Amino acid sequence: MDFLRPATLAEALALKAQRPDAVPIAGGTDVMVELNFDHRRPTALLDLTRIAELRSWDVDGEDRGGDGGTVRIGSGVPYTRIIDELGDRLPGLAMASRTVGSPQIRNRGTVGGNLGAASPAGDTHPVLLAGGATVEAASTRGTRLIPATGFYLGVKRHALEPDELITAIHVPATRAPQQFAKVGTRNAMVIAVCSFAVALHPTRQRVGAAVGSAAPTPRRATAAEEFLSGELTATGQWDSPKPLLDSVKRRFGELVAEAASPIDDVRGSAAYRKHALSVLARRTLDWAWRDYTEEVA
Amino acid sequence: MRVNVTVNGEPRQADDVWEGESLLFLLRERLGLPGSKNACEQGECGSCTVYLDGTPVCSCLVAAGQVQDREVRTVEGLADGDRLDPVQAAFVEAGAVQCGFCTPGLVVAAHDLLDRVPRPSDPEIREALAGNLCRCTGYEKILDAVRLAASRKADPEAATR
Ligand SMILES: Cc1cc2nc3c(=O)[nH]c(=O)nc-3n(C[C@H](O)[C@H](O)[C@H](O)COP(=O)(O)OP(=O)(O)OC[C@H]3O[C@@H](n4cnc5c(N)ncnc54)[C@H](O)[C@@H]3O)c2cc1C
Ligand code: FES
Ligand code: FES
Repeated sequence: MDFLRPATLAEALALKAQRPDAVPIAGGTDVMVELNFDHRRPTALLDLTRIAELRSWDVDGEDRGGDGGTVRIGSGVPYTRIIDELGDRLPGLAMASRTVGSPQIRNRGTVGGNLGAASPAGDTHPVLLAGGATVEAASTRGTRLIPATGFYLGVKRHALEPDELITAIHVPATRAPQQFAKVGTRNAMVIAVCSFAVALHPTRQRVGAAVGSAAPTPRRATAAEEFLSGELTATGQWDSPKPLLDSVKRRFGELVAEAASPIDDVRGSAAYRKHALSVLARRTLDWAWRDYTEEVA
Repeated sequence: MRVNVTVNGEPRQADDVWEGESLLFLLRERLGLPGSKNACEQGECGSCTVYLDGTPVCSCLVAAGQVQDREVRTVEGLADGDRLDPVQAAFVEAGAVQCGFCTPGLVVAAHDLLDRVPRPSDPEIREALAGNLCRCTGYEKILDAVRLAASRKADPEAATR
């Protein structure tokens, strides 16, 4: 096995082009588990932690104090820094980051690694989908932007080409309410049995909603999004929000559950997952809408 | 491969390091520092927690090659010669050590917490130690130890009284 230690992104991309078999390693919190247990014997590891370009974030476009603009987060920025430095602009991503593993895991683990692993249970995925994020991928052939909705292809399969690396994630900055919640067997250190993210986009009069750990890939709940966006717009509630009707919350929850196609496994049955998702959807919507009502009032 | 790394303030070198081995293996088997414990090798138990460039991490999840030219501080590096670090002393006095397997990791995690948050609340202590499992103590005495260390940090006179 080889251990490749590029110091710059250009060097890393050149190495990845020469050695498409090399496995990138960022925080190592997924990769090292596989190596320690002999689940994987790559021919080479490509260490990304020396590359300064991947460890910074900045804001593209007009940033009105957390509203407007897009935050471009280097794929190697660990969760702890997202929580500490970006909580006010990316509330949903920070919330999901806080639920990942333990402090030690959050100090090392990255969104780039969460995407690279593409586990259906990855905590950042529903938030990236609901918030309208884009994945930036690069190779020696150039850079391209992949909408999060097109990134997840199957269980642990994603849209990267063998010579590509994830360089950054672009997430719209917002002060509008976002929520993320996951069901697990205890508070710390759990993989989600199922998870859900909701994001309000008042300027576009849209609602984003996505489920995790409840289908082969994380996915948006588009019927639920359309139902609720339509309802809120038709009743003029973006400008003068009122408490949501129980019937609206219930229908939203049902549509979210319908978007899922979960399996029965050791962590939960498919029926339980669907039920739990409808509850998570109602609750998180309620929290987000209350916050929004207070903000507008 | 050869790895050069500063461990507990001293430059160290290890040869014939296998490219896929962990920092935990490097520390224990090649550098003779058995303080960090190997209990799960999957980031679940926290017994292998060390500082890497000042940040607590699970050393079982860091590839040895990733620490080239970096700084590692292990539980062995917390004491000042024979004088235990206040967190270590508090663990002994509070009876927070039984079999001791989890202790090195908990001490490093608690040490980091008290560096960042000198007077942590109970929820903050629980949150900071959420990545460290103990099979023996039931955690109450561990919480006591962290509270004791915090109170002494706030009032250093009390430690020597
Ligand atoms: C104890 C424990 C608890 C955990 N709890 C959670 C949890 O609660 N929620 C959760 O979502 N995850 C959890 N995880 C999984 C893991 O921490 C996350 O998936 C994390 O985001 C991985 O990031 P990393 O930087 O450590 O990735 P790595 O392990 O370095 O890499 C993961 C994968 O992504 C690839 N990769 C990394 N960076 C790039 C890049 N820039 N371009 C292309 N490919 C790349 C790697 O080749 C690999 O396939 C847990 C892991 C452990 C060990
Ligand atoms: S041995 Fe590293 S966390 Fe358990
Ligand atoms: S004292 Fe035995 S595991 Fe904690």
